[in-house]
Amino acid sequence: MRAPFRDWPTRLHVDLPLLVLLSLLSTIGLIILYSAGGENMDLLFRQLMRLGLAFGVMLTVAQIPSQWLYRLAPGLYGIGLILLILVMLLGDIGKGAQRWLDLGVIRFQPSEMMKLAMPLMAARYLQDRGIPPAGWDVPIILLLIGGPVLLIAEQPDLGTAVLVATSGVAVLFLGGLSWRWILSLAGTLAAAMPLVWNLMHDYQRRRVLTLLDPEADPLGSGYHIIQSKIALGSGGLFGKGWLNGSQAHLQFLPEGTTDFIFAVYGEEFGLIGLLLLLALYIAVTVRGLRISANGQNGFERLLAASLSFTFLFYVLVNTGMVSGVLPVVGVPLPLISYGGTSMVTLLAGFGMLMSIQTHKKMLAP
Amino acid sequence: MRQRFRSKQRVRLYHPELQRRLIRSRIAIALVVAAILVAGLCLRLYELQVRDHAHFATLSQGNRVRLRPLPPQRGLIYDRHGVLLAENLPSFRLEIVPEDVPDLPQTLDRLSRLIDITPQDRERFERERRRSRPFDAVPLRHRLTDEEVARLAIDRIHFPGVDIRADLTRHYPFGASTAHVIGYMGAVDERDLRNVPEGTYAGLNEAGRSGVERYYESELRGVTGYEQVEVNAQGRTIRVLETHPPVTGQNLYLSLDIRLQRAAEEALAGQRGSIVAIAPESGEILALVSQPSYDANLFIGGISLADYRALSKDPGRPLFNRAVLGQYPPGSTVKPLLGVADLAAGLPLGSGGVYCAGYVKLPNQERRYRDWKRSGHGRTDLRRAIAESCDVYFYQLALELGIDRIHDVLVAFGFGHATGVDLPGERGGLVPSKAWKQRVRKQPWYIGETLVNVIGQGYNLATPLQLAQATATLARRGRVVHPRMVRAREDVASGQYVPMTPVPGSAVPFGTPAQWEAVVDAMHDVVQTPGGTAYGSGRSAPYAYAGKTGTAQVFGLGNEEEYVEANVAAHLRDHALFIGFAPLENPAVAVAVVAEHGGSGGRTAAPIGRQVLDAYLVREEEAIP
Repeated sequence: MRAPFRDWPTRLHVDLPLLVLLSLLSTIGLIILYSAGGENMDLLFRQLMRLGLAFGVMLTVAQIPSQWLYRLAPGLYGIGLILLILVMLLGDIGKGAQRWLDLGVIRFQPSEMMKLAMPLMAARYLQDRGIPPAGWDVPIILLLIGGPVLLIAEQPDLGTAVLVATSGVAVLFLGGLSWRWILSLAGTLAAAMPLVWNLMHDYQRRRVLTLLDPEADPLGSGYHIIQSKIALGSGGLFGKGWLNGSQAHLQFLPEGTTDFIFAVYGEEFGLIGLLLLLALYIAVTVRGLRISANGQNGFERLLAASLSFTFLFYVLVNTGMVSGVLPVVGVPLPLISYGGTSMVTLLAGFGMLMSIQTHKKMLAP
Repeated sequence: MRQRFRSKQRVRLYHPELQRRLIRSRIAIALVVAAILVAGLCLRLYELQVRDHAHFATLSQGNRVRLRPLPPQRGLIYDRHGVLLAENLPSFRLEIVPEDVPDLPQTLDRLSRLIDITPQDRERFERERRRSRPFDAVPLRHRLTDEEVARLAIDRIHFPGVDIRADLTRHYPFGASTAHVIGYMGAVDERDLRNVPEGTYAGLNEAGRSGVERYYESELRGVTGYEQVEVNAQGRTIRVLETHPPVTGQNLYLSLDIRLQRAAEEALAGQRGSIVAIAPESGEILALVSQPSYDANLFIGGISLADYRALSKDPGRPLFNRAVLGQYPPGSTVKPLLGVADLAAGLPLGSGGVYCAGYVKLPNQERRYRDWKRSGHGRTDLRRAIAESCDVYFYQLALELGIDRIHDVLVAFGFGHATGVDLPGERGGLVPSKAWKQRVRKQPWYIGETLVNVIGQGYNLATPLQLAQATATLARRGRVVHPRMVRAREDVASGQYVPMTPVPGSAVPFGTPAQWEAVVDAMHDVVQTPGGTAYGSGRSAPYAYAGKTGTAQVFGLGNEEEYVEANVAAHLRDHALFIGFAPLENPAVAVAVVAEHGGSGGRTAAPIGRQVLDAYLVREEEAIP
């Protein structure tokens, strides 16, 4: 009688450590959003609704056995790719940046879908073809990654393109990509830098240049970096205390509730607070890697590890941007930044992790 | 190789344990990399929050400082003699600081009883209010009239949080006369923001939408400055600490002569069409008329929906700049151009002439290619063929030259491609060739089409600006002229006056000086010998000038149908064209006239051209005391 009761998380396909950590992070997010948003209850309520939806999606995804995910992978990837091409062809509605696809009822961002479809597809491919990849496998996977990434970069959404690329490359690396490949790819990438520079949009180039000299565009993107560095730096070791961050409250810091919320947090809770937050993020990552280690086959392990590392990568890109060591690319801070779509995708990914952890008894492919 | 591949395959298939170990070791490596990155981030945060804390704390303390954009003044636009064509007039706008207003909806209602506030004004106000902070002033109405200002001033005390602010708005003293040249201003949109640094339009609401305002937007705009303002804990301004003044936009001096512009407008009054006058030596555009026009001042501060609808629904299409966008068959105005080619090719018709019986027939064809003069011109040489606009002579020439050489001649004069004038959205017209027809229509070229095209009909299309350019090229005896609208820029800050360098014209690759002179003489005959198609309007001129009329069919007549103007609906009547330049030697002005559905070129367009030339040359004489 006692055993099934204690067993409830597995029966509901919930991974308790992950659930606790993610809830903790979301709670911190709500607390800091209350401050960053100028104590706006409306904003907080909307974020709470989104969190509810995203957690719901996570728990739903967790019910799907990983074999199903394995089977769905090519379909999801194919649909994502088609939608990305559609966005390129008809997405003109969004003016300038073509990221949205208008489906009449809802507006849909296919690049978000790709964040999940990419690691799924890559992990399935390696599972099918064997680990480590050999012969033509590597170029084919690189092609599978490169297609959607280029389409997303063209939208232009450099931030998401980098994240999607990372999720695919992570699978490839974790799947045992030979060092010879790694070195030659790194060399090619370094050599391609001038080309990338040429492909970048003017505003993106300016953001990179602004990193070197923030004063050059004080009314534009340089302003973000200057103000967020002041916010972080003035926070000091212990911070100014909750609701006391003057940078955010006097509205010096733009986008304080979204991409730059890390600076608000750093101003109010200081280095100690930031380290605590980072520790939580690392704990989530480590838990994800543990799930990966417990995986029953290559597909599960690769998928879980890729999702975990990509999550940490999000954190590093956002914090690097806010602390002024990376260009401003518009990547939100997971679970903390105000905003909806990317949170749903993120938690759907954690739903997959939970599924891998809790569907153990089934036969693996 | 094959062997190794196989053995690897076996490892993958039969040793899941090896596979697991591989992934684990890779995870370990990735963890090390991640740890290094996290350590780097922590180091960066330590740097900012501990090592440099004092520095940033001071900045943050002093960060009662906010940047506030200071919009620059837009550059002024003058005509070639310094007459102001676009200026910035002080005006008043009504602003509201929402935080200081006790009851916003009620205040808005009471204000709208006092002054005119449209639903659009309110909508825009609401939109901007949502974007800004409660203590920021949000504009409700622009361009208050003096009366409104007075009415508000009396009741001022009853409206806390409502303020009247002085402002500068664009104004075009010549309104409709210059609208197609200068264009107008409109609200800044995504397109304006795409290729400029992010802060460029800070504090600015409008950007150039068409004409010179659009083409020279970056010169006219100036550079936004900013001031550092100290604010208190609630974010309200205490004092200004530091000011980086804005840089006023550059002033532009157009080559336009507003006096000639208005004279040309008057000459074309009541007609739809276009006039372009160019100074042949420099390519400077002296007048550019497109009629009907519109009052560019209507657009300032946002045009009302009713006004915009009236303009865009007007069948005369007043917003359409016919001078650079309108494409018309050039008709017989291409004859002098082909005449030069005729002489240059040394064809026998140049000396012997052609017998014109009023029509020609092609072998094996029933269709008659008719002359505009049914009775025919008799034996005609090139000089008479130009003067009297004999079609049959040119039909003969067409057969000698062939369509591709006709194409090359017209292209050499600038037809078929945009002139590169400094106005936005110019169109290139069309000069057909065999290759063009194959490519676009997927059909072979028919000989008959050559005959239609040689008299500027058929597929041929040219803009009035291209016609003026070709005329100027004739006036310069074969030097191609590149038209331009702006003569000089003036940097207000440094007082520096920078003339725009003209594009040097290349030479038309055929024709000797004597041959050019011969064609010019024939064009002189057009206006100053009896029988010339513009003799009626040209004979009394106090100066020697050259011209050529053109009448362009809008719809094709049946083979034996007679064109009777009175029988044809107004919108199907022929376009009347005229090109000309004066004086004959050392030409000072070249002009092209297109009167849409004006009927005959000689009767309608030529007198208009004469009027424009008169206006320019008489003024030139006046200028010399």
